[in-house]
Amino acid sequence: MDSALLIHRLQFAFTVTYHYLFPQLTMGLAPLIVVLKSLAIWKNDDRYAKAARFWAKIFGINFVLGVVTGIPMEFQFGTNWSHFSKYAGGVIGQTLAMEGVFAFFLESAFLGLFLYGEKRLSKWMHWFSAMMVFVGSWLSGYFIIATDAWMQHPVAYERTADGSVTLTSFWGLLLNPWAIWQYLHNMSGAALTGAFVMMSVGAFYLLSKKHFEQAKIFLKVGVVSGLLFAILLIGPTGDGQGRNLATHQPATLAAMEALFETQPGAPLVIIGQPDVAARKIDNPIVVPKMLSFLTYRRWNAEVKGLDAFPESEWPQNIPLLYFSYHIMVGLGTIFMAEMVIAAFLLWRKRLFESRWMLWALLLSFPFPYIANTAGWITAEVGRQPYLVYGLLRTTEGFSKTVSGGNAMFTLIGFMGMYVVLSVLFLFLIRRELEHGPEGAELAPVKVKHAVEYAEVTK
Amino acid sequence: MPTLWFCIVAVMIAAYVVLDGFDLGAGIIHLFIGKTEDDRKRIIRSIGPVWDGNEVWLLAAGGTLYFAFPQLYASSFSGFYLPLMMVLWLLMLRAIGIEFRAHIGEPVWKSFFDGIFALSSILLAIFFGAALGNVIRGVPLAPDHYFFLPLFTNWRVGPQPGILDWYTVMSGVVALVTLAVHGANYIALKTEDELNLRARRVGLILWPVLLVLTLVSLFATISIRPEWLANYKAMPVGYAIPAIVFGSLAFMLYSYKRGNDRNAFLASSAYITLMLVGAVFALYPNVLPASTGAQFNLTIANSVTSAYGLKIGLAWFAVGITLTIAYFVFIYRMFRGKVSLEGGEHGY
Repeated sequence: MDSALLIHRLQFAFTVTYHYLFPQLTMGLAPLIVVLKSLAIWKNDDRYAKAARFWAKIFGINFVLGVVTGIPMEFQFGTNWSHFSKYAGGVIGQTLAMEGVFAFFLESAFLGLFLYGEKRLSKWMHWFSAMMVFVGSWLSGYFIIATDAWMQHPVAYERTADGSVTLTSFWGLLLNPWAIWQYLHNMSGAALTGAFVMMSVGAFYLLSKKHFEQAKIFLKVGVVSGLLFAILLIGPTGDGQGRNLATHQPATLAAMEALFETQPGAPLVIIGQPDVAARKIDNPIVVPKMLSFLTYRRWNAEVKGLDAFPESEWPQNIPLLYFSYHIMVGLGTIFMAEMVIAAFLLWRKRLFESRWMLWALLLSFPFPYIANTAGWITAEVGRQPYLVYGLLRTTEGFSKTVSGGNAMFTLIGFMGMYVVLSVLFLFLIRRELEHGPEGAELAPVKVKHAVEYAEVTK
Repeated sequence: MPTLWFCIVAVMIAAYVVLDGFDLGAGIIHLFIGKTEDDRKRIIRSIGPVWDGNEVWLLAAGGTLYFAFPQLYASSFSGFYLPLMMVLWLLMLRAIGIEFRAHIGEPVWKSFFDGIFALSSILLAIFFGAALGNVIRGVPLAPDHYFFLPLFTNWRVGPQPGILDWYTVMSGVVALVTLAVHGANYIALKTEDELNLRARRVGLILWPVLLVLTLVSLFATISIRPEWLANYKAMPVGYAIPAIVFGSLAFMLYSYKRGNDRNAFLASSAYITLMLVGAVFALYPNVLPASTGAQFNLTIANSVTSAYGLKIGLAWFAVGITLTIAYFVFIYRMFRGKVSLEGGEHGY
């Protein structure tokens, strides 16, 4: 591989992977904060208001990190992937620009009100701000997924005289069938991260015997939503995404499952290591006929293996693709089991006393991050060797005027910058955890007129 | 239609420079007029609730540029690779400087973040000015519409320049002084007492510097790019633009003398807007001129996307921008008035 191309790819993979640690939590916490705010108003109970304020602070810190690590993503389309941008900008530029105009403005405007305007706004207006932050962050997610979905499954385009593509149907782009499943699957994953982090903090406080009132709220809200989203992840959305692959990217599906030979009644590999050179799986543990059933709902359906495609169409890094996919699916299964047990304990009112379960919840919070990251890797490595599936190869898309040395310089720069950001982030989160929800008083009023303004608007 | 989108992108960029310009400007003069912790806190609080929304104009402008003129986006972003990456790092540093300052109580931490905030604001202002200078001067576009510029070569304006030469460095200095004045006017508007007086004094001291720099940059531009006068000669109404630029400078001085902070801020906003409009008017219909010969210029026509894309874009853009303006009016009304120091340890 061209070394400049490799560095451009590494840089994008690194910055996007790091970036996605933050929005998955903010997108996941946003609806949970709305739930807490709603409970606070409905039950007229200050414990929920304090819980919401505590999570708003965690949200705020993550949001800043999400913003500062997100800006490079838009830039890098032009800086590192200029030939791709020229090729596809007329299509995916629409969704990226809409993200800015519809989602970012909404989110940034109402986040300011939500974080710093509680005293100044009526309680309903403050609830509405939380709701708008939720809507903004989930809209933002949709525009990004629609962009990625177009690269996975290009629709609504036509070729132009200069060899690039332009848009032919706005709604075709926005309602790309691929985008719908991918979005639901992705957002369920983000919501699961939010639920697991909330449960983990709740378990931490109970085990360390402090902030009992809020800790119980965190666990209740976390377990209920965690169970819901674990089901959604596996049930309709993961399955729908899998059948998308079977229809539109069969070579990717074959590589993910390490299915080297086309066969009827194809087995599902649970564990095993792919040997691409010998075209087999080492140490396999399989469920016979399961892959055929999952893909086509028939036990003996024929599933295309990698042998049905020329090697130039195979994803280039099959082991990485195979393992990231299996890590995602394996963790998804574990989440499901864990949530069922936790929900059962909650229902029987034994959750707050079962120390082993609290320990399990406390230690589980990294795993949704790992599963979501593995999911992204599966999607992006699976699309190779294409940038735009079937249309534009990755080797054609990068900035040919930007040398490997320049790209390496900036990759190192990003790495250094992100180490600093990580240290700051961990430091600040640790402080907030130490501070706890009981100290979560109202944010200060910053402007003299604010009090009068609140009086007027009441 | 392509011309309309050219105007929309220009308006988005102008909105970014006017809005984020004052919080960048606040950062530029932050250390100079913020003598005590209270002063610095008030400066940060005056921009705290709005800076993030202001910066979104940059992203939204980038997004509209991306879909309306994909070739321009591709060429300029890869060509200005190194400075843009540094802009990204500076934007990151500045954001954490503002947002994380108050999370940590120790004075040494606050000083550290104050320094980060000031330094990144100063460098960003210079970078943005130099970027505009590059666009006016032109870049070595090849026949395939791409180019790559090193950071600097021999500091001379020629067919193979660097990103920094005497002309673009001068543009950077103009931007630095402009935004410092703009930021000072904003802080004067938002504060009382000693801090208000110090901010006004910054404006008064920098005003003659700004006047001289404006004249110098005008003549420098005409000397390196005499062809940019063509639009003015063809459409003499364009001469109103420099007239309003100098008019707004005069109005700014008048407002200082009358102690009217609001009018001074309006004057610097008008100055910035008209400086950009003047540059855009001269460039039209080019979007990125070539230093290698006019036949390689990127123009509206050879960088624009399809008519359908522009048409459908206009429909959603009209809705989106109306909503956006509504949020901004609401937010600025909500946080209007002078900043105070009431409140506990949270917030800015």
